[in-house]
Amino acid sequence: MSTVATGRAGKVGLTAVLAAVLVGLSLLALTLGPYPMSAGDTVGVLWRRLTGAGAGDSVPEMVLFSIRLPRVVAALLVGAALGAAGACYQTLFRNPLVSPDILGVSAGAGLGAVLGIFLGLSVAGIQLAAFAGGLAAVTLVGFVAAAVRGRDTVLVLVLAGVVVGALAGAATSLLKVLADPYDQLPAITFWLLGSLSGVQTEDAASTLPVVLVGLVPLVLLRWRINVLSLGDEEAKSLGIEVGRLRLLVIGCATLITAAVVAIAGVVGWVGLVMPHIARMLVGPGFGVLLPASALLGAGYLLLVDTLARTIAAAEVPLGILTAVVGAPFFLWLLARGRRGWT
Amino acid sequence: MLKKLVWLVIAGVMGCAAGTVHARTLVDSAGRSVEVPEKVERVFAAGPPASILVYALKPEALLGWPRALRPAERPYIAKDYRDLPETGRLTGRGGDASLERVLELRPDLIIDFGSVRDTYISLADRVQAQTGIPYLLIDGRFEATPAALRLAGEAMGVPGQGERLARYTEETFRQLDAIIARVPEEQRPRVYLARGPDGLETGLRGSINTEIIERAGGRNVAYTEDGRRGLVRASMEQVIVANPDTIITWDPAFYENVWGNPYWSGIEAVKQGRVFLSPTGPFGWIDRPPSVNRLMGLRWLGGLFYPERWPTALDQDIREFYRLFYHVDVEGEDLERLLKWSRGEVPW
Repeated sequence: MSTVATGRAGKVGLTAVLAAVLVGLSLLALTLGPYPMSAGDTVGVLWRRLTGAGAGDSVPEMVLFSIRLPRVVAALLVGAALGAAGACYQTLFRNPLVSPDILGVSAGAGLGAVLGIFLGLSVAGIQLAAFAGGLAAVTLVGFVAAAVRGRDTVLVLVLAGVVVGALAGAATSLLKVLADPYDQLPAITFWLLGSLSGVQTEDAASTLPVVLVGLVPLVLLRWRINVLSLGDEEAKSLGIEVGRLRLLVIGCATLITAAVVAIAGVVGWVGLVMPHIARMLVGPGFGVLLPASALLGAGYLLLVDTLARTIAAAEVPLGILTAVVGAPFFLWLLARGRRGWT
Repeated sequence: MLKKLVWLVIAGVMGCAAGTVHARTLVDSAGRSVEVPEKVERVFAAGPPASILVYALKPEALLGWPRALRPAERPYIAKDYRDLPETGRLTGRGGDASLERVLELRPDLIIDFGSVRDTYISLADRVQAQTGIPYLLIDGRFEATPAALRLAGEAMGVPGQGERLARYTEETFRQLDAIIARVPEEQRPRVYLARGPDGLETGLRGSINTEIIERAGGRNVAYTEDGRRGLVRASMEQVIVANPDTIITWDPAFYENVWGNPYWSGIEAVKQGRVFLSPTGPFGWIDRPPSVNRLMGLRWLGGLFYPERWPTALDQDIREFYRLFYHVDVEGEDLERLLKWSRGEVPW
């Protein structure tokens, strides 16, 4: 395929280009928003902060450093995490239709957050509940899969994920019925649609290390994970402990997904579509697929979130925009009939 | 179960037929002609807004609360009605009252108070056809409150109380209009309604959740050029750009948090100490639910927006409103608790 960069140098070069585009996009996103600030103002404020001169808490400073910067960072983080997790899951399950939600992490996180809203917890409490809910759902799936031995592990995992996800969805619906329709129901609805509108510096700062903890092992083990995509038997014959490696990959991917869903709410499509585009660009090798998916996810979510906060007077929920932008693209991909995902 | 329902329906239809001898025909806010029995002793409120309307006009007819009262709300409801059963809601999102249960309560009349859009009209027609119980749909827009009080009072056989409360409402509207007429648009407070745990949910101008702001002579800072309504999420940056000089909320968690929060500290309203917490006992003052309870909030906001021009003191407004609408004399500790609540000291 002509679109696939050939050779290792080409792939690395492409990744570098993606990273450069991302930096440019981020700078652009920083200058956009309802608070009127020209590019010149932005540069001026940045310069003053960098040189340590000038007023420390003017409104433009706060808008730039406390509102837009955390939001841009969060968008990059959430997008990168979802893209990377999507690449992991798709490689692990050897299936292009898999997204990070396959093992119920989003459904679990959604249930956790809805429970938090229902109980009237603080924003931090709701985030923590969402994070815990996401991890708990996947842990449950893991236990179910471990209990059912002697079958196709991947199949059991997926089925257990579907069941646990459906259960969590049912519990979420029950809480929606019980919730106060004036207060809690709108909050629940907005949360389940995903948004970065309330993201603050602390949210981005507390999520970053968790995402790194999940991402670093994935990067270090990228070649072994690549072997997993060949199939269990082949991987075993190459001396890889399939069970443990799979557990580790699921654990890491779940950790980063749960961490970002906790601050952004349920954001679909990124983890499903971005790995596809990455595969088109750099091919299926996990070593380059992982960074490419993460970079593409980061760029895509930054783009979508910038749209979300600028195209209308009110915020547009992320879950709506990612689908509106992502669905036609996905259909186009399908229509092109590219078979070679491996 | 089904058999029981059939019998109940038959009984309902027969009851209705027997009652037609003394029935009157009323035209509700949706233009539906409804046969209402001469004597209405038992009324089922279809949702929270209707329950407050019924309670204010004829508490002894109210069959139950859509949800049980919470401890902080109980002192502000007359003793006899604090422990009415929980009946659930018949309309809107999360309708959970079963028709069978409604029939079991043998209401003479069902009242729904709120939107009169086609969805609710068809729901009213269906329930009325299924149960044979007359179903009145009353327009819940704030501006239509006097007419709603008169219509519901008429329907329940308490036209005097309906007229008294309608007059009170018109007087409050008139007092506000007199003030608003003398204050040019650009001098009216610029108000943001903060909802949700982080305060970033709000209602756009013209929504049922925020119409009290305009009615009290404020300007809602949340609006779109295309005239959209309803609840939306805002971003912190939008709040900073709007820079409201007054913030109202009923969320104690947000109220506590807003003062020390660096994101909010630059907002004019926070700098001036003009963030106000609405009490929610027994019902919210500014919304929650959108019913006649908002008249209390209207008088409260009148005093907050135009302190020099507002004629009455808050404790006086509270005593009068609670006596008229909630049938309780709020004195001593109970009054003090409400006043403190409106100054940000939550009673729990």
